[in-house]
Amino acid sequence: MEQLIFKPKSRWREFFGEKLISVNAFVALIAILLIFVFIFKEAIPIFVDDYVKEDASLDKMVFKQQYYEGREAKWSWQPNSEVPKFSLWPLFIGTLKASLVAMLFAIPLGVGAAIYCSEFASRRIREIIKPAIEMLAAIPSVVLGFFALMVLATALQNTLGLTFRLNAINAGIALGLAVIPIVFTVAEDAMTSVPHSLRDAATALGANRWQVSLTTVLPAAIPGISAGVVLGFGRAVGETMIVLMASGNAAIVSASFLDSVRTFSATIAAELAEVVFGDTHYHVLFMIGSLLFVFTFLINLSGDIVLTRLKERLQGKAT
Amino acid sequence: MKTIELQPNTNSLEVVGHLKFGRKRRGFIPRGVTFLAVLIILLMLAVIIGNIVIGGTPTISWEFLTHPPEQGMEAGGVFPAIFGTVALVILMVIAVIPIGVFTAIYLQEYTSPKSRITRLIRIAINNLAGVPSIVFGLFGLGFFIAFVGGGLDSLFYPEEGPVWGQPAIIWASLTLALLTLPVVIISTEEALRTIPRELREASYALGGTKLQTIWRIIIPQATPGILTGSILAVSRGAGEVAPIMFTGAAYYLPYLPTKLNDQFMELGYHIYVMATQSPDIEATKPLLYGTVLVLLLLTFSLNSVAILIRSRMRRSRVSAQ
Repeated sequence: MEQLIFKPKSRWREFFGEKLISVNAFVALIAILLIFVFIFKEAIPIFVDDYVKEDASLDKMVFKQQYYEGREAKWSWQPNSEVPKFSLWPLFIGTLKASLVAMLFAIPLGVGAAIYCSEFASRRIREIIKPAIEMLAAIPSVVLGFFALMVLATALQNTLGLTFRLNAINAGIALGLAVIPIVFTVAEDAMTSVPHSLRDAATALGANRWQVSLTTVLPAAIPGISAGVVLGFGRAVGETMIVLMASGNAAIVSASFLDSVRTFSATIAAELAEVVFGDTHYHVLFMIGSLLFVFTFLINLSGDIVLTRLKERLQGKAT
Repeated sequence: MKTIELQPNTNSLEVVGHLKFGRKRRGFIPRGVTFLAVLIILLMLAVIIGNIVIGGTPTISWEFLTHPPEQGMEAGGVFPAIFGTVALVILMVIAVIPIGVFTAIYLQEYTSPKSRITRLIRIAINNLAGVPSIVFGLFGLGFFIAFVGGGLDSLFYPEEGPVWGQPAIIWASLTLALLTLPVVIISTEEALRTIPRELREASYALGGTKLQTIWRIIIPQATPGILTGSILAVSRGAGEVAPIMFTGAAYYLPYLPTKLNDQFMELGYHIYVMATQSPDIEATKPLLYGTVLVLLLLTFSLNSVAILIRSRMRRSRVSAQ
């Protein structure tokens, strides 16, 4: 330190330096606002523009429509057909199916691994598990999509004897691989932040190690674990490349998880390149983007609030 | 004078005091079940990586890494995609590092963690980290290309066709910079938090101003953290496809990007296109596996370097205390 020699203060330099730093600090805030504005701006015509409303009013996107005379009314997503059909239900159901499979797959594995890591694992094993999970998180989603498309789909088809190679199960499992690290990290963090005084108190009352975990640590960490699950669900809904490559992308309304599905995010990715700028289809895709944005925003906000409160409570700042 | 009330710490007993523990069970079952979860995860990771390494290794050669694709992606190499990816992340890093580092400094050095503005910025950062990548793609198209690029065109090039208002490497890298901003901020903040207060005080005692302290003490001390953040950001940015699909990535280009408004080829996008749009998937397969392996090696090596720097940083902090 002693070799540092500071030049005399320059009030101007201090002032501009601080301003420069604080201006940068607002980029994240401004970015969120700009994303909000520029995504929603392109979705607004759906509510006000008569030309757009003709094919894609809220009504037409939600309720069954009779597109051809004499045929049954149905939900249908066929934006490029002669009679453009913009029903959001097939996409909603597809998104739900893929994310449900992903969560059913990722919750037991992610939470289970988190419990093992925080409650049972020796330090050495923990130092294998954690980098492995970080590695899983580092795999680009396009690589997971590739794996699901080329390897997993064939394996599932052969073992289960499926009609469609690419379906909700296939996409959901690959999606689950991307969700596991989130669930694991948040859940593990919540469990390790349970203070030692709680564990000690339970031990003093005669609990063995497993009883301490089950009766004390887990209940205290439950909000954190559920926050991890919710954040993971947000990721599953927003994830694009995996479902785009592994789901088959057929917009079908059905209850079967063995059918192909088309999700909101994959729809944007697959169709935005081909739409005409300012067309009805263009605005509908931005409307889907707005839905995704609002949904993930709410999920992240609530996850954030739950985790902050949990930390405060566990550290004894609030009771 | 303010009086401080001391409360007995009854918190812990309140939580667990009502519990009664009966027969001791050894907990083999829960231990086994949760260990099984770990095992399945590790196994899947091994299968994925093993499959790609085995499938991709025969393809990797000097030719593959240095030649452009030929015969409709059924022969040749991936050099343009590697070049595009590197150019893309370099531009991204130039944009994201100053912003991310300054944001972290502002949050840690200039404001109190309880202030409203800090909380607001923190919420924004957390939410930015959660915005789906495809929404970033939409935003890049709507804001950077249509609004900024289109605006530049109508101001400076009203006669010509689109110069800036079209997909380009600059817009793709700026979109990615926003996406990776939270990574850089969080990692830098972690480094700033571990710098002991004595260093700052010593600097002030020697007559350093706040800015001089930040520039000559804080930033040098935080360099490992900043480096970790940048590397993680690069690794994340190199693997993202959805945000660059509409903002600049091209399926095939006969030339390399040399200007900021050129389009570019990218490894992840290359994989997507080859895997989904190839007319003859069996013929493309070896090249496809090779490309996936290159991307995977790139992100993994970057991540391991970041993890290494971070653990060194933590260890040196521990030994210094």
